[in-house]
Amino acid sequence: MNMSTNTDFTLAIEDLTVSFDGFKAVDNLNFYLDRNELHVVIGPNGAGKTTVLDLICGKTKSTSGSIKFLNKELTNLSEHEIVLAGVGRKFQTPSIYENLSVMENLEISYPKGRGVFGSLMFKHDAVVRDKILEVATQIMLEKALHTEAGLLSHGQKQWLEIGMLLIQDPQLLMLDEPVAGMSVKEREQTAELLNKISEGRSVLVIEHDMEFVARIAHKVTVLHQGKILASGDMKDVQKDPKVIEVYLGH
Amino acid sequence: MSFVYEKLFGDKKGLIGFCILAALILVVFPVMLDSFRLNLVGKYLTYAFAAVSLVLLWGYGGTLSLGQGIFFGIGGYAMAMFLKLEASSPENTAIQSTPGIPDFMDWNQITELPLFWMPFHSFSFTLFAVLVVPTIFAYIIGAAMFKRRVGGVYFAIITQVVSVILTVLIVGQQGLTGGINGITDLRTLNGWDITSDSAKTLFYFINCFLLLAVIIASRFILTSKFGRILLAMRDKEDRVRFSGYDVANFKIFIFCFAAMISAIGGAMFTLQVGFMSPSFVGIVPSIEMVIFAAIGGRMSLIGAVYGTLLINFGKTAFSESFPELWLFLMGGLFIAVVMFFPNGLAGLWEDYGHHLTKRLDFIKNLFSKSKSAADAIELKGSKS
Repeated sequence: MNMSTNTDFTLAIEDLTVSFDGFKAVDNLNFYLDRNELHVVIGPNGAGKTTVLDLICGKTKSTSGSIKFLNKELTNLSEHEIVLAGVGRKFQTPSIYENLSVMENLEISYPKGRGVFGSLMFKHDAVVRDKILEVATQIMLEKALHTEAGLLSHGQKQWLEIGMLLIQDPQLLMLDEPVAGMSVKEREQTAELLNKISEGRSVLVIEHDMEFVARIAHKVTVLHQGKILASGDMKDVQKDPKVIEVYLGH
Repeated sequence: MSFVYEKLFGDKKGLIGFCILAALILVVFPVMLDSFRLNLVGKYLTYAFAAVSLVLLWGYGGTLSLGQGIFFGIGGYAMAMFLKLEASSPENTAIQSTPGIPDFMDWNQITELPLFWMPFHSFSFTLFAVLVVPTIFAYIIGAAMFKRRVGGVYFAIITQVVSVILTVLIVGQQGLTGGINGITDLRTLNGWDITSDSAKTLFYFINCFLLLAVIIASRFILTSKFGRILLAMRDKEDRVRFSGYDVANFKIFIFCFAAMISAIGGAMFTLQVGFMSPSFVGIVPSIEMVIFAAIGGRMSLIGAVYGTLLINFGKTAFSESFPELWLFLMGGLFIAVVMFFPNGLAGLWEDYGHHLTKRLDFIKNLFSKSKSAADAIELKGSKS
């Protein structure tokens, strides 16, 4: 049904549109993401940023257009199939299992034993333990493995959710406002973490904090009313008169 | 080895709880109770299967089914159909206008055994049907609901509606099902008299072993990754879905498993009580099963068994003296539990049990201290 051709991009979004009762939240969007690229999407409230992530991960179904991930069409896959294809997504408010320990949160995200019977027979062996410890160290929670996740600080919850994605080793990592509610120091640590994990994969981030964006972004795209307003280096984008108009004009 | 042990019993506390329950139902009850009372406890324990199934489905899975009576009933009816066919041998039913078919069919001018009754001549088929028919039925309901992401209150209402439909169907098709009276007058199993005391005692023990086996199997599920996924789904279903799980499949599986163990309870009910009727299929028994689980503790497999026993002892004791009051009392108890002790008896034990043991220790210490103090005084006295 889609005429789009194969590309070298990790993610190729072409002519993507979604309309809710006639309101086009995303309007004819074209967007490409390279391997090893950390791309930040910014834009005022209601610009359609979160909707784009929802469309990629299958939470919302598109009205028309194509989303190709490693040349695989995602628009007709279900949510868990998209995850299995290699796409991981962090939600805006930390979405973790509050009643389970950090270890159990990571274990559930471990990409083995995802079927009904696989999960019944799943063995928490040395390989799994090592992987969990490795990821926990990466997200600076190695000392909190047995802490109930609900007791973590807001920033630590954000890290845990990032860790839950990392353990799946996704080719595309999508983070919706990863530093919301974090202290200055935590923001610095998160920036470092994101720079590290963008190696070997593609990362798509939605963020409002411009200082943070400047620190991590390889490329920035400004979304406004479901359309791309500007795209490129942070410096160029900041100087763009259209962007200044949208952010300061009203 | 320790791995297997942990999977089946949980921690040490879990093992102790399991052993206490096993000792209670396998030793204490049979020793203390006469055969009539023991048979009554056996009947209560068949409801415990449904209560345990609700711990899995509702407590851990977060999906409340108000229709476990459906599966309890299917299991019970399957067993009753086999026993009824055996009781309706041509010799036993020679006075009927059509000998060899169950009496209620004859009363309803049915002259030939309906096709779906035929396989129930075989005991092995019956055992198979007890386990498989409810599971398939649950799969159909579960797939239809969960794949469409119907859950929560809607699921509860739909299961309740299904249980009403099934009751209406059974009552309405009197000639095929025995109607409102159910299937009664069940006497022998492969020629062996099931109404004798010795048969009833044997069924009691089989029932206990099956219940303990079901608890072990359920604990295996809950301690596996599956169990943690259930908890995770209850908390954040979307996160589980976006971690690469097909959430519906997990719900369907636990619903099917819950249906199967409820059906085992139903079949054991028929064997011990000697009949099956629509009054164990509909809304009231289904909700009672939820109350058993809620009062026992919906997060505790063993608690659910105690909840079932306690409520049924209460029901028997109270309804003998104040039959009208009992329903109000049970309703009140249910509301109180939901409002004040959401984790039921097991939750109370978790929260206050250690206070109790601490207090006991304290009293013990006090006594031993006062004893040693008394000794000291005595010693002084003897010196002077």
